Amino acid sequence: MNPLLSVTGLTKSYGAVEVLKGIDFDVAAGEKIALIGPSGSGKSTCLRCLNFLEKPSAGAIHLDGERIGVRLGRPMSDRQLAPQRAEMGMVFQLFNLWPHLSVTENVAIAARKVRGLPAKEAQELALDMLAKVHMTHRADASPLELSGGQQQRVAIARALAQKPKLMLFDELTSALDPELVHEVLKVMEELAAEGRTMLIVTHEIAFARDIADRVLFLDGGRIVEQGPARALILSPREPRTQAFLRQIRH
Amino acid sequence: MTNFIQPYADYAGEWLPVLLEAMGTTALLSVSAFALSLVFGLLLALCRNTRWRALRRCVALYVAAVRGVPLLAILFLLYFGLPGIGVTFDAFTAAVIGLALAFAAQVAELLRAGLMAIPAGQREAAFAVGFTPYQSFTLIVLPQVVRISVAPLIVTFVSLLKDSSLASLITVDELVLTGRAMATEYFLPLHIYLAVGVCYFLIAWPFSLLSKRLAPPAAR
Repeated sequence: MNPLLSVTGLTKSYGAVEVLKGIDFDVAAGEKIALIGPSGSGKSTCLRCLNFLEKPSAGAIHLDGERIGVRLGRPMSDRQLAPQRAEMGMVFQLFNLWPHLSVTENVAIAARKVRGLPAKEAQELALDMLAKVHMTHRADASPLELSGGQQQRVAIARALAQKPKLMLFDELTSALDPELVHEVLKVMEELAAEGRTMLIVTHEIAFARDIADRVLFLDGGRIVEQGPARALILSPREPRTQAFLRQIRH
Repeated sequence: MTNFIQPYADYAGEWLPVLLEAMGTTALLSVSAFALSLVFGLLLALCRNTRWRALRRCVALYVAAVRGVPLLAILFLLYFGLPGIGVTFDAFTAAVIGLALAFAAQVAELLRAGLMAIPAGQREAAFAVGFTPYQSFTLIVLPQVVRISVAPLIVTFVSLLKDSSLASLITVDELVLTGRAMATEYFLPLHIYLAVGVCYFLIAWPFSLLSKRLAPPAAR
Protein backbone atom coordinates (compact mmCIF):
# COMPACT_ATOMS: atom_id res chain seq x y z
CA MET A 1 0.00 0.00 0.00
CA ASN A 2 1.25 3.47 -0.81
CA PRO A 3 2.15 5.64 2.17
CA LEU A 4 -0.19 8.53 3.01
CA LEU A 5 2.74 10.90 3.28
CA SER A 6 6.13 10.49 1.70
CA VAL A 7 9.05 12.83 2.20
CA THR A 8 12.14 12.43 0.04
CA GLY A 9 15.37 14.41 0.06
CA LEU A 10 13.88 17.31 2.02
CA THR A 11 16.41 20.09 2.54
CA LYS A 12 15.98 23.61 3.81
CA SER A 13 18.56 26.37 3.93
CA TYR A 14 18.39 29.90 5.25
CA GLY A 15 21.14 31.63 3.31
CA ALA A 16 24.29 29.65 4.01
CA VAL A 17 22.79 27.80 6.98
CA GLU A 18 21.48 24.37 6.07
CA VAL A 19 18.82 23.44 8.63
CA LEU A 20 17.60 20.26 6.97
CA LYS A 21 20.16 18.15 5.12
CA GLY A 22 18.11 15.58 3.31
CA ILE A 23 15.21 14.06 5.21
CA ASP A 24 13.45 10.91 3.97
CA PHE A 25 10.55 9.15 5.61
CA ASP A 26 7.11 7.72 4.91
CA VAL A 27 3.98 7.81 7.01
CA ALA A 28 1.29 5.17 6.56
CA ALA A 29 -2.37 6.07 7.06
CA GLY A 30 -3.25 5.81 10.73
CA GLU A 31 0.37 5.91 11.84
CA LYS A 32 1.52 8.12 14.69
CA ILE A 33 5.04 9.44 14.41
CA ALA A 34 6.98 11.45 16.95
CA LEU A 35 9.86 13.68 15.88
CA ILE A 36 12.28 14.20 18.71
CA GLY A 37 15.70 15.79 18.95
CA PRO A 38 17.62 18.66 20.53
CA SER A 39 16.70 22.32 19.90
CA GLY A 40 17.91 23.40 16.51
CA SER A 41 17.88 19.86 15.17
CA GLY A 42 15.38 20.93 12.49
CA LYS A 43 12.33 19.01 13.69
CA SER A 44 9.98 22.02 13.74
CA THR A 45 11.33 23.24 10.40
CA CYS A 46 10.74 19.78 8.99
CA LEU A 47 7.11 19.86 10.14
CA ARG A 48 6.58 23.37 8.78
CA CYS A 49 7.99 22.34 5.42
CA LEU A 50 5.32 19.67 5.06
CA ASN A 51 2.54 22.25 4.58
CA PHE A 52 4.92 24.76 3.03
CA LEU A 53 4.74 27.34 5.82
CA GLU A 54 8.47 27.10 5.17
CA LYS A 55 9.33 26.57 1.52
CA PRO A 56 11.73 23.61 1.19
CA SER A 57 14.95 24.30 -0.68
CA ALA A 58 14.85 20.88 -2.32
CA GLY A 59 13.11 17.56 -2.05
CA ALA A 60 9.61 16.27 -2.64
CA ILE A 61 6.59 15.84 -0.41
CA HIS A 62 3.65 13.73 -1.52
CA LEU A 63 0.35 13.51 0.35
CA ASP A 64 -1.90 10.73 -0.85
CA GLY A 65 0.13 10.59 -4.06
CA GLU A 66 -0.22 14.32 -4.74
CA ARG A 67 2.92 16.44 -4.92
CA ILE A 68 2.71 19.27 -2.39
CA GLY A 69 3.74 22.79 -3.39
CA VAL A 70 4.85 22.02 -6.93
CA ARG A 71 2.68 21.87 -10.02
CA LEU A 72 4.02 21.05 -13.49
CA GLY A 73 7.55 21.56 -12.22
CA ARG A 74 6.85 25.05 -10.89
CA PRO A 75 6.51 26.20 -7.27
CA MET A 76 2.92 26.96 -6.29
CA SER A 77 1.81 30.32 -4.89
CA ASP A 78 0.25 30.57 -1.43
CA ARG A 79 -3.09 30.91 -3.17
CA GLN A 80 -2.60 27.65 -5.07
CA LEU A 81 -1.30 25.98 -1.91
CA ALA A 82 -4.44 26.75 0.09
CA PRO A 83 -6.44 23.60 -0.82
CA GLN A 84 -3.40 21.39 -0.17
CA ARG A 85 -2.77 23.00 3.20
CA ALA A 86 -6.40 22.42 4.12
CA GLU A 87 -5.71 18.66 3.93
CA MET A 88 -3.25 18.97 6.81
CA GLY A 89 -4.33 20.21 10.22
CA MET A 90 -1.66 22.04 12.15
CA VAL A 91 -1.36 22.85 15.85
CA PHE A 92 1.22 25.44 16.87
CA GLN A 93 3.38 25.87 19.92
CA LEU A 94 1.83 29.30 20.62
CA PHE A 95 -1.74 28.19 19.75
CA ASN A 96 -2.24 31.10 17.31
CA LEU A 97 -5.95 31.33 17.97
CA TRP A 98 -7.58 34.36 16.36
CA PRO A 99 -8.39 36.75 19.22
CA HIS A 100 -11.07 38.72 17.35
CA LEU A 101 -13.24 35.62 16.93
CA SER A 102 -15.08 33.56 19.53
CA VAL A 103 -13.94 30.05 20.37
CA THR A 104 -16.67 28.50 18.21
CA GLU A 105 -15.93 30.87 15.35
CA ASN A 106 -12.22 29.98 15.48
CA VAL A 107 -13.25 26.40 14.80
CA ALA A 108 -16.13 27.08 12.39
CA ILE A 109 -14.79 29.78 10.10
CA ALA A 110 -12.61 27.60 7.88
CA ALA A 111 -15.41 25.07 7.45
CA ARG A 112 -17.51 27.85 5.92
CA LYS A 113 -14.89 29.77 4.01
CA VAL A 114 -12.69 26.91 2.81
CA ARG A 115 -15.02 23.94 2.53
CA GLY A 116 -18.16 25.95 1.83
CA LEU A 117 -20.33 24.43 4.58
CA PRO A 118 -23.57 26.30 5.38
CA ALA A 119 -23.34 28.37 8.57
CA LYS A 120 -25.53 26.01 10.59
CA GLU A 121 -23.57 22.89 9.67
CA ALA A 122 -20.26 24.65 10.33
CA GLN A 123 -21.56 25.66 13.75
CA GLU A 124 -22.62 22.08 14.55
CA LEU A 125 -19.29 20.75 13.32
CA ALA A 126 -17.47 23.26 15.53
CA LEU A 127 -19.46 22.20 18.59
CA ASP A 128 -18.73 18.53 17.83
CA MET A 129 -15.03 19.25 17.57
CA LEU A 130 -15.09 21.32 20.77
CA ALA A 131 -16.77 18.37 22.50
CA LYS A 132 -13.87 16.16 21.42
CA VAL A 133 -11.43 18.43 23.22
CA HIS A 134 -13.78 18.99 26.18
CA MET A 135 -14.22 22.69 25.51
CA THR A 136 -17.95 22.91 24.82
CA HIS A 137 -18.46 24.87 28.03
CA ARG A 138 -16.36 27.78 26.70
CA ALA A 139 -17.83 27.79 23.18
CA ASP A 140 -18.89 31.45 23.40
CA ALA A 141 -15.79 32.72 25.18
CA SER A 142 -13.06 34.80 23.61
CA PRO A 143 -9.73 32.99 23.23
CA LEU A 144 -8.22 35.76 25.38
CA GLU A 145 -10.21 34.53 28.40
CA LEU A 146 -8.81 30.99 28.23
CA SER A 147 -5.84 29.36 29.91
CA GLY A 148 -2.98 28.12 27.74
CA GLY A 149 -4.16 24.52 27.96
CA GLN A 150 -7.68 25.51 26.98
CA GLN A 151 -6.42 27.60 24.07
CA GLN A 152 -4.35 24.69 22.83
CA ARG A 153 -7.34 22.36 23.00
CA VAL A 154 -9.39 24.84 20.95
CA ALA A 155 -6.51 25.00 18.46
CA ILE A 156 -6.67 21.21 18.20
CA ALA A 157 -10.42 21.42 17.57
CA ARG A 158 -9.78 24.02 14.86
CA ALA A 159 -7.38 21.66 13.10
CA LEU A 160 -9.76 18.69 13.51
CA ALA A 161 -12.57 20.68 11.90
CA GLN A 162 -10.58 20.69 8.67
CA LYS A 163 -11.19 16.92 8.49
CA PRO A 164 -7.55 16.65 7.53
CA LYS A 165 -5.82 13.57 6.19
CA LEU A 166 -2.93 14.28 8.49
CA MET A 167 -2.43 16.19 11.74
CA LEU A 168 0.78 18.11 12.44
CA PHE A 169 1.59 19.03 16.03
CA ASP A 170 4.42 21.48 16.58
CA GLU A 171 5.62 21.31 20.21
CA LEU A 172 2.09 21.77 21.41
CA THR A 173 2.92 21.63 25.13
CA SER A 174 6.17 23.61 25.14
CA ALA A 175 4.52 26.93 25.94
CA LEU A 176 2.23 25.54 28.63
CA ASP A 177 2.55 25.72 32.39
CA PRO A 178 3.49 22.26 33.67
CA GLU A 179 0.14 21.70 35.36
CA LEU A 180 -1.70 22.35 32.06
CA VAL A 181 0.32 19.91 29.97
CA HIS A 182 -1.67 16.93 31.21
CA GLU A 183 -5.08 18.08 29.90
CA VAL A 184 -3.65 18.58 26.40
CA LEU A 185 -1.84 15.25 26.34
CA LYS A 186 -5.03 13.50 27.47
CA VAL A 187 -6.83 14.92 24.44
CA MET A 188 -3.96 13.76 22.25
CA GLU A 189 -4.25 10.21 23.59
CA GLU A 190 -7.95 10.21 22.77
CA LEU A 191 -7.23 11.39 19.23
CA ALA A 192 -4.54 8.77 18.80
CA ALA A 193 -7.01 6.10 19.83
CA GLU A 194 -9.29 7.18 16.95
CA GLY A 195 -6.70 5.99 14.46
CA ARG A 196 -5.74 9.39 13.09
CA THR A 197 -2.52 9.95 11.23
CA MET A 198 -0.41 12.21 13.40
CA LEU A 199 3.04 13.76 13.18
CA ILE A 200 4.13 15.07 16.53
CA VAL A 201 7.15 17.25 17.24
CA THR A 202 7.63 17.01 20.99
CA HIS A 203 9.96 17.25 23.94
CA GLU A 204 7.77 14.99 26.06
CA ILE A 205 9.69 11.76 25.68
CA ALA A 206 7.36 9.68 27.82
CA PHE A 207 4.43 10.94 25.79
CA ALA A 208 6.22 10.08 22.53
CA ARG A 209 6.97 6.61 23.85
CA ASP A 210 3.37 5.93 24.84
CA ILE A 211 1.50 7.51 21.95
CA ALA A 212 3.71 7.07 18.87
CA ASP A 213 4.11 3.97 16.72
CA ARG A 214 7.43 5.17 15.45
CA VAL A 215 9.97 7.76 16.57
CA LEU A 216 12.35 9.72 14.35
CA PHE A 217 15.35 11.18 16.14
CA LEU A 218 16.70 14.25 14.36
CA ASP A 219 20.02 15.92 14.99
CA GLY A 220 21.88 18.45 12.89
CA GLY A 221 19.24 18.41 10.15
CA ARG A 222 19.31 14.64 9.55
CA ILE A 223 17.38 11.64 10.80
CA VAL A 224 19.99 9.97 12.97
CA GLU A 225 17.87 7.05 14.08
CA GLN A 226 14.35 5.82 13.67
CA GLY A 227 12.37 2.88 14.86
CA PRO A 228 9.45 1.64 16.94
CA ALA A 229 8.80 4.15 19.71
CA ARG A 230 9.32 1.94 22.72
CA ALA A 231 12.45 0.25 21.37
CA LEU A 232 14.10 3.49 20.27
CA ILE A 233 13.46 5.33 23.48
CA LEU A 234 14.29 2.46 25.83
CA SER A 235 17.32 1.16 23.96
CA PRO A 236 18.67 3.60 21.39
CA ARG A 237 21.50 2.32 19.21
CA GLU A 238 23.13 5.54 18.04
CA PRO A 239 25.49 7.32 20.47
CA ARG A 240 23.88 10.70 19.71
CA THR A 241 20.42 9.38 20.48
CA GLN A 242 21.69 7.82 23.67
CA ALA A 243 23.33 11.10 24.71
CA PHE A 244 20.16 13.10 23.97
CA LEU A 245 17.85 10.75 25.85
CA ARG A 246 20.24 10.58 28.80
CA GLN A 247 20.31 14.37 28.97
CA ILE A 248 16.53 14.63 28.87
CA ARG A 249 16.08 12.11 31.67
CA HIS A 250 18.32 14.09 34.00
CA MET B 1 -23.44 90.68 29.09
CA THR B 2 -26.94 90.94 27.73
CA ASN B 3 -25.49 93.26 25.11
CA PHE B 4 -23.13 90.56 23.99
CA ILE B 5 -25.78 87.91 23.66
CA GLN B 6 -28.27 90.21 21.98
CA PRO B 7 -26.95 89.82 18.37
CA TYR B 8 -27.28 86.06 18.60
CA ALA B 9 -30.92 86.48 19.57
CA ASP B 10 -31.48 89.03 16.80
CA TYR B 11 -29.81 87.12 13.99
CA ALA B 12 -30.43 83.48 14.96
CA GLY B 13 -33.02 83.11 12.23
CA GLU B 14 -30.61 84.40 9.57
CA TRP B 15 -27.37 82.86 10.81
CA LEU B 16 -28.51 79.37 11.74
CA PRO B 17 -29.50 78.13 8.29
CA VAL B 18 -26.33 79.57 6.74
CA LEU B 19 -24.07 78.08 9.39
CA LEU B 20 -25.86 74.76 9.23
CA GLU B 21 -25.36 74.59 5.49
CA ALA B 22 -21.67 75.44 5.88
CA MET B 23 -21.38 72.80 8.60
CA GLY B 24 -22.84 70.32 6.14
CA THR B 25 -20.22 71.29 3.56
CA THR B 26 -17.40 70.97 6.09
CA ALA B 27 -18.73 67.59 7.24
CA LEU B 28 -19.17 66.30 3.69
CA LEU B 29 -15.72 67.55 2.70
CA SER B 30 -14.10 65.94 5.74
CA VAL B 31 -15.92 62.65 5.50
CA SER B 32 -15.27 62.28 1.76
CA ALA B 33 -11.60 63.15 2.13
CA PHE B 34 -11.23 60.80 5.09
CA ALA B 35 -12.93 57.90 3.30
CA LEU B 36 -10.61 58.39 0.35
CA SER B 37 -7.56 58.65 2.60
CA LEU B 38 -8.54 55.36 4.29
CA VAL B 39 -8.59 53.52 0.97
CA PHE B 40 -5.44 55.21 -0.30
CA GLY B 41 -3.71 54.88 3.06
CA LEU B 42 -4.46 51.15 3.24
CA LEU B 43 -2.97 50.70 -0.23
CA LEU B 44 0.11 52.65 0.82
CA ALA B 45 0.45 50.62 4.02
CA LEU B 46 0.26 47.37 2.07
CA CYS B 47 2.82 48.60 -0.46
CA ARG B 48 5.05 49.60 2.42
CA ASN B 49 5.03 45.99 3.64
CA THR B 50 5.50 44.39 0.24
CA ARG B 51 8.39 42.24 -0.95
CA TRP B 52 9.29 44.64 -3.75
CA ARG B 53 11.87 47.02 -2.48
CA ALA B 54 11.37 49.63 -5.24
CA LEU B 55 7.69 49.92 -4.33
CA ARG B 56 8.51 50.22 -0.62
CA ARG B 57 10.99 52.99 -1.38
CA CYS B 58 8.46 54.89 -3.53
CA VAL B 59 5.86 54.77 -0.77
CA ALA B 60 8.37 55.85 1.89
CA LEU B 61 9.36 58.76 -0.36
CA TYR B 62 5.71 59.72 -0.89
CA VAL B 63 4.99 59.68 2.83
CA ALA B 64 8.07 61.75 3.59
CA ALA B 65 7.27 64.23 0.80
CA VAL B 66 3.66 64.74 1.81
CA ARG B 67 4.66 65.20 5.44
CA GLY B 68 7.21 67.83 4.47
CA VAL B 69 4.87 69.98 2.38
CA PRO B 70 2.21 72.23 3.92
CA LEU B 71 -1.35 71.18 3.15
CA LEU B 72 -2.09 74.68 1.90
CA ALA B 73 0.65 74.35 -0.73
CA ILE B 74 -0.87 71.05 -1.88
CA LEU B 75 -4.32 72.63 -2.15
CA PHE B 76 -2.97 75.63 -4.12
CA LEU B 77 -1.06 73.27 -6.38
CA LEU B 78 -4.18 71.25 -7.15
CA TYR B 79 -6.57 74.18 -7.56
CA PHE B 80 -4.44 76.98 -9.01
CA GLY B 81 -1.47 75.01 -10.35
CA LEU B 82 -2.86 72.04 -12.23
CA PRO B 83 -5.05 74.10 -14.63
CA GLY B 84 -1.68 75.22 -16.07
CA ILE B 85 -1.31 71.73 -17.56
CA GLY B 86 -4.97 71.48 -18.49
CA VAL B 87 -6.22 69.62 -15.39
CA THR B 88 -9.08 71.47 -13.75
CA PHE B 89 -11.03 70.52 -10.62
CA ASP B 90 -13.85 72.42 -8.99
CA ALA B 91 -12.86 73.77 -5.59
CA PHE B 92 -14.66 71.09 -3.55
CA THR B 93 -13.09 68.22 -5.52
CA ALA B 94 -9.64 69.76 -5.30
CA ALA B 95 -10.05 70.10 -1.52
CA VAL B 96 -11.19 66.48 -1.15
CA ILE B 97 -8.25 65.21 -3.20
CA GLY B 98 -5.71 67.43 -1.44
CA LEU B 99 -6.87 66.48 2.04
CA ALA B 100 -7.01 62.80 1.07
CA LEU B 101 -3.50 62.82 -0.41
CA ALA B 102 -2.08 64.47 2.68
CA PHE B 103 -3.91 62.39 5.27
CA ALA B 104 -3.41 59.11 3.41
CA ALA B 105 0.24 59.35 4.46
CA GLN B 106 -0.79 59.56 8.13
CA VAL B 107 -3.37 56.81 7.77
CA ALA B 108 -0.76 54.63 6.06
CA GLU B 109 1.68 55.02 8.94
CA LEU B 110 -1.05 54.18 11.46
CA LEU B 111 -2.18 51.09 9.56
CA ARG B 112 1.38 49.97 8.98
CA ALA B 113 2.00 50.07 12.71
CA GLY B 114 -1.22 48.07 13.17
CA LEU B 115 -0.16 45.52 10.55
CA MET B 116 3.21 45.07 12.21
CA ALA B 117 1.53 44.52 15.56
CA ILE B 118 -0.17 41.32 14.32
CA PRO B 119 2.05 38.32 15.15
CA ALA B 120 3.21 36.20 12.18
CA GLY B 121 1.52 33.19 13.78
CA GLN B 122 -1.90 34.68 13.06
CA ARG B 123 -1.32 34.52 9.33
CA GLU B 124 0.39 31.14 9.55
CA ALA B 125 -2.63 29.67 11.33
CA ALA B 126 -4.83 31.15 8.60
CA PHE B 127 -2.70 29.56 5.89
CA ALA B 128 -2.67 26.27 7.78
CA VAL B 129 -6.48 25.94 7.75
CA GLY B 130 -6.47 26.51 4.00
CA PHE B 131 -7.19 30.22 3.65
CA THR B 132 -5.86 31.97 0.56
CA PRO B 133 -3.67 35.05 1.13
CA TYR B 134 -6.71 37.24 0.38
CA GLN B 135 -8.88 35.39 2.91
CA SER B 136 -6.10 35.47 5.48
CA PHE B 137 -5.90 39.22 5.09
CA THR B 138 -9.60 40.05 5.04
CA LEU B 139 -10.82 37.51 7.62
CA ILE B 140 -7.91 37.36 10.06
CA VAL B 141 -5.41 40.21 9.73
CA LEU B 142 -7.45 43.25 8.70
CA PRO B 143 -10.16 42.93 11.40
CA GLN B 144 -7.43 42.89 14.04
CA VAL B 145 -5.64 45.86 12.47
CA VAL B 146 -8.91 47.79 12.44
CA ARG B 147 -9.40 47.07 16.15
CA ILE B 148 -5.96 48.35 16.99
CA SER B 149 -6.17 51.39 14.72
CA VAL B 150 -9.72 52.62 15.16
CA ALA B 151 -9.04 55.01 18.05
CA PRO B 152 -5.99 56.72 16.48
CA LEU B 153 -7.85 56.85 13.15
CA ILE B 154 -10.65 58.82 14.78
CA VAL B 155 -8.11 61.24 16.20
CA THR B 156 -6.72 61.61 12.67
CA PHE B 157 -10.22 62.30 11.38
CA VAL B 158 -10.66 65.10 13.89
CA SER B 159 -7.44 66.74 12.79
CA LEU B 160 -8.51 66.38 9.16
CA LEU B 161 -11.80 68.06 10.06
CA LYS B 162 -9.93 71.02 11.51
CA ASP B 163 -7.50 71.21 8.59
CA SER B 164 -10.42 71.22 6.17
CA SER B 165 -10.72 74.93 7.07
CA LEU B 166 -7.79 75.52 4.71
CA ALA B 167 -10.16 74.74 1.86
CA SER B 168 -11.64 78.20 2.48
CA LEU B 169 -8.53 79.58 0.76
CA ILE B 170 -9.41 77.81 -2.47
CA THR B 171 -13.00 79.12 -2.34
CA VAL B 172 -14.83 76.13 -0.87
CA ASP B 173 -17.92 77.43 0.93
CA GLU B 174 -17.17 75.63 4.18
CA LEU B 175 -17.43 77.01 7.70
CA VAL B 176 -14.50 79.42 7.73
CA LEU B 177 -15.19 81.00 4.34
CA THR B 178 -18.86 81.29 5.19
CA GLY B 179 -17.92 82.85 8.52
CA ARG B 180 -15.68 85.38 6.81
CA ALA B 181 -18.43 86.37 4.41
CA MET B 182 -20.87 86.75 7.31
CA ALA B 183 -18.36 88.75 9.33
CA THR B 184 -18.01 91.26 6.49
CA GLU B 185 -21.74 91.44 6.03
CA TYR B 186 -22.78 91.87 9.66
CA PHE B 187 -19.67 93.57 11.12
CA LEU B 188 -19.79 91.15 14.07
CA PRO B 189 -16.57 89.12 13.62
CA LEU B 190 -16.29 88.19 17.29
CA HIS B 191 -19.80 86.75 17.44
CA ILE B 192 -19.55 85.02 14.12
CA TYR B 193 -16.13 83.42 14.52
CA LEU B 194 -17.16 82.23 17.98
CA ALA B 195 -20.17 80.57 16.40
CA VAL B 196 -17.94 79.04 13.71
CA GLY B 197 -15.68 77.64 16.42
CA VAL B 198 -18.66 76.13 18.20
CA CYS B 199 -19.77 74.51 14.93
CA TYR B 200 -16.39 72.75 14.52
CA PHE B 201 -16.45 71.70 18.13
CA LEU B 202 -19.93 70.22 17.76
CA ILE B 203 -18.73 68.00 14.92
CA ALA B 204 -15.43 67.06 16.53
CA TRP B 205 -16.50 66.48 20.12
CA PRO B 206 -18.49 63.27 19.67
CA PHE B 207 -15.56 61.76 17.78
CA SER B 208 -13.11 62.72 20.51
CA LEU B 209 -15.34 61.01 23.06
CA LEU B 210 -15.67 57.98 20.81
CA SER B 211 -11.91 57.63 20.34
CA LYS B 212 -11.43 57.70 24.10
CA ARG B 213 -13.99 54.96 24.57
CA LEU B 214 -12.51 52.78 21.82
CA ALA B 215 -8.92 53.20 22.92
CA PRO B 216 -7.60 50.03 24.52
CA PRO B 217 -7.17 50.28 28.28
CA ALA B 218 -3.66 51.51 29.02
CA ALA B 219 -2.82 48.71 31.41
CA ARG B 220 -3.77 45.14 30.73
